[in-house]
Amino acid sequence: MLRRNFGAVLAMGAALLASGTASAQQRDLTIVSWGGAYQDAQREVFFRPFQQQSGTRLLEETWDGGVGVLRAKIQSGANNWDLVQVESEELLLGCEEGLFERMDFAAIGGEQRFIPSAVSECGVGNILYSFVLAYDRGRMSTAPTSWADFFDTQRFPGKRGLRRGPKTTLEIALLADGVAPGEVYKLLATDAGVDRAFRKLDSIRNDLVWWERGSQPAQWLASGEVVMTDAYNGRITAANQNDGRNFGIAWRNNLFTLDSWVIMKGSPNRAQATAYLNFWAQPQVAAALPPRIPYGTTIRGADALLPANVLENLPTAPQNAEGALQIDDRFWLDNLDKLNQRFNNWVSR
Amino acid sequence: MAPLLIFLLVVFVLPIGTFLARAVQESDVPPVLPRTIAALSGWDGAAAPGEPAFAALVEDLREARRRDQEAGGGSIGRASARLNNDWPGFRSLLPATARRIASPFQGEARAAVLAAAPEWGEVAPWAAISRAGGPLSDFHLLAVLDLKRDAAGHIAAAPPDQSIFRAVLWRTMWISLCATVLALAIGYPLAWLIATAPSRFAPWLLAGVLLPFWTSLIVRTAAWMVLLQREGVVNATLQSLRLADGPLPLLFNRGAVLLAMVHILLPFMVLPIYANLKGMDWRLPRAAMSLGASPLRTFWRISLPLSLPGIGAGSLLVFIQALGFYVTPALLGGANDQMLSYFVGFYATRTVNWSMAAALSCLLLAAVAIVVALYARLVGFEKTRPA
Repeated sequence: MLRRNFGAVLAMGAALLASGTASAQQRDLTIVSWGGAYQDAQREVFFRPFQQQSGTRLLEETWDGGVGVLRAKIQSGANNWDLVQVESEELLLGCEEGLFERMDFAAIGGEQRFIPSAVSECGVGNILYSFVLAYDRGRMSTAPTSWADFFDTQRFPGKRGLRRGPKTTLEIALLADGVAPGEVYKLLATDAGVDRAFRKLDSIRNDLVWWERGSQPAQWLASGEVVMTDAYNGRITAANQNDGRNFGIAWRNNLFTLDSWVIMKGSPNRAQATAYLNFWAQPQVAAALPPRIPYGTTIRGADALLPANVLENLPTAPQNAEGALQIDDRFWLDNLDKLNQRFNNWVSR
Repeated sequence: MAPLLIFLLVVFVLPIGTFLARAVQESDVPPVLPRTIAALSGWDGAAAPGEPAFAALVEDLREARRRDQEAGGGSIGRASARLNNDWPGFRSLLPATARRIASPFQGEARAAVLAAAPEWGEVAPWAAISRAGGPLSDFHLLAVLDLKRDAAGHIAAAPPDQSIFRAVLWRTMWISLCATVLALAIGYPLAWLIATAPSRFAPWLLAGVLLPFWTSLIVRTAAWMVLLQREGVVNATLQSLRLADGPLPLLFNRGAVLLAMVHILLPFMVLPIYANLKGMDWRLPRAAMSLGASPLRTFWRISLPLSLPGIGAGSLLVFIQALGFYVTPALLGGANDQMLSYFVGFYATRTVNWSMAAALSCLLLAAVAIVVALYARLVGFEKTRPA
């Protein structure tokens, strides 16, 4: 009796497993993004129109990043994600670890369809955003225009906010010290360069407060806790549009990075994912996102379709992009541990 | 008794124990580089090792890469993250080397590896591998004491710009001590007041102490943020009373941290002292007074010694809780007001380096154990019972 039952359970299990694999092959295209207002905007301008136009069924999921999540998906053999929006560090790590398919640019219209920084081995950049100098126009008689002004406590007295941690902070210190954007990481790779960055930070250390969550800079500017701060450009524009703030942005030498679309390794929906990328990569489609949420697009020709009042808030606008520095993920992958330690030592001295 | 013991083991000792064990376990590098570690077992650390170690490295990396490509295990990624912690540069050195030597080559492994990445000619990366060879190591425990082993295995101090945790440990102790002394200075008179108040008022006074006790710690901390911020209630009041010209910097400093900590910890000081005073034989101070002792002398010679057990219990309770404070310094403090638990959180969630988080937790646990042992030695727990 027991044995027969056991056999039955086994057979049932096998049947379940078989149907599971079968459904894995037939499941709908699953797109994973970052939720919130951002994914709402994506749904409105990309996901729904794509579904209507192509007739492809599409499932949405949300995640908070972390290469471990993707690793676990692939390792378990039960990956149910196809197209995932990843940050630049996950793109680098996951590509190295073989978690993603290679990006077949020929199938999505060729590399020349995208801005150069969006092209990589395993992914295609889909939004571009920046760390910028932000200030409250209502509290400043003269507007700061550069990172050098950020360090000028004579002309601009008051507290300043910076993101806690060496990443972005050391770049900003060197840029303020007159280093050209192209030289920043070369210099940071040397001990002398790191010393120089910390010396520059020393000059305003008593005026610095450190933020850790992306919402803090706008809050602190609003409450007058700081007179200026580095911040994600999208948060500052959103505070102006939604909360009636009058924050200014100094774009000069902003630090930018990209999020990218990747296709998960072994995805059964590669063709649908490629079709989606082809749909999204049309300039008139991609240009529909920035008016809803101020992230720069990576599609050539999309910016030209944007109204001037939208474009001026984007990191991809020509006047904003000039002199911008792309955050070097490979540098930080290698040096973050050491510089974290040194930064923590410096900051708590 | 037995079920309770099992319950304690399963839900308390076991999870915490397995986490703390990560401080000494080396689980990331050995599965990826088993042959290399074996080849390095007799290595003296004076110069880069010979051909056998290079050949072992090639074999290990090829196998690990093949495994990772098939199953997406990311084992090379995790091993390189652990090694990068020891020697910066490993995060890309190991995956890049694995990629470049994946295809077969002619001749010596040493030449091929050095051609793929010249860094392998140095001592440092090999020393890092040998330190991470496991199965157990003291790397993280030494790191939280600002120490490190060199290639030959001798313990040496970390360079000054990389040393931080000893200073953080002393700061944690100092902030906790300050909070305890302040809580005692405010809590003792308060407990005295409640214990000696007429029975009509005493419950209300006690409720006044207990009410904040029932409010979430985060809520109370956030409330202090609202009060102390630049355009907050306190600054607005001070300016409207013309006591201050401009807004005072009340937030993000040691004062704000101590203020909120004392506020949050006060009940833990007041209640043991109150219980102690309530149980005290009040005929004794009265007897002293009737024999001609001044009130001050009566307090100093009779009441204070009798309430020492309450003071001891309250201070120990407050000090130990203060040692583990995290949210309050993180939200109200500046960069140099962060305590040990901030760095536990930093490694656990920001850099996902659980070994360092576990090692720092061990340090905190050891600090608490030492404090409790000192207390037992100097005061003794038998005196802590309410008199």
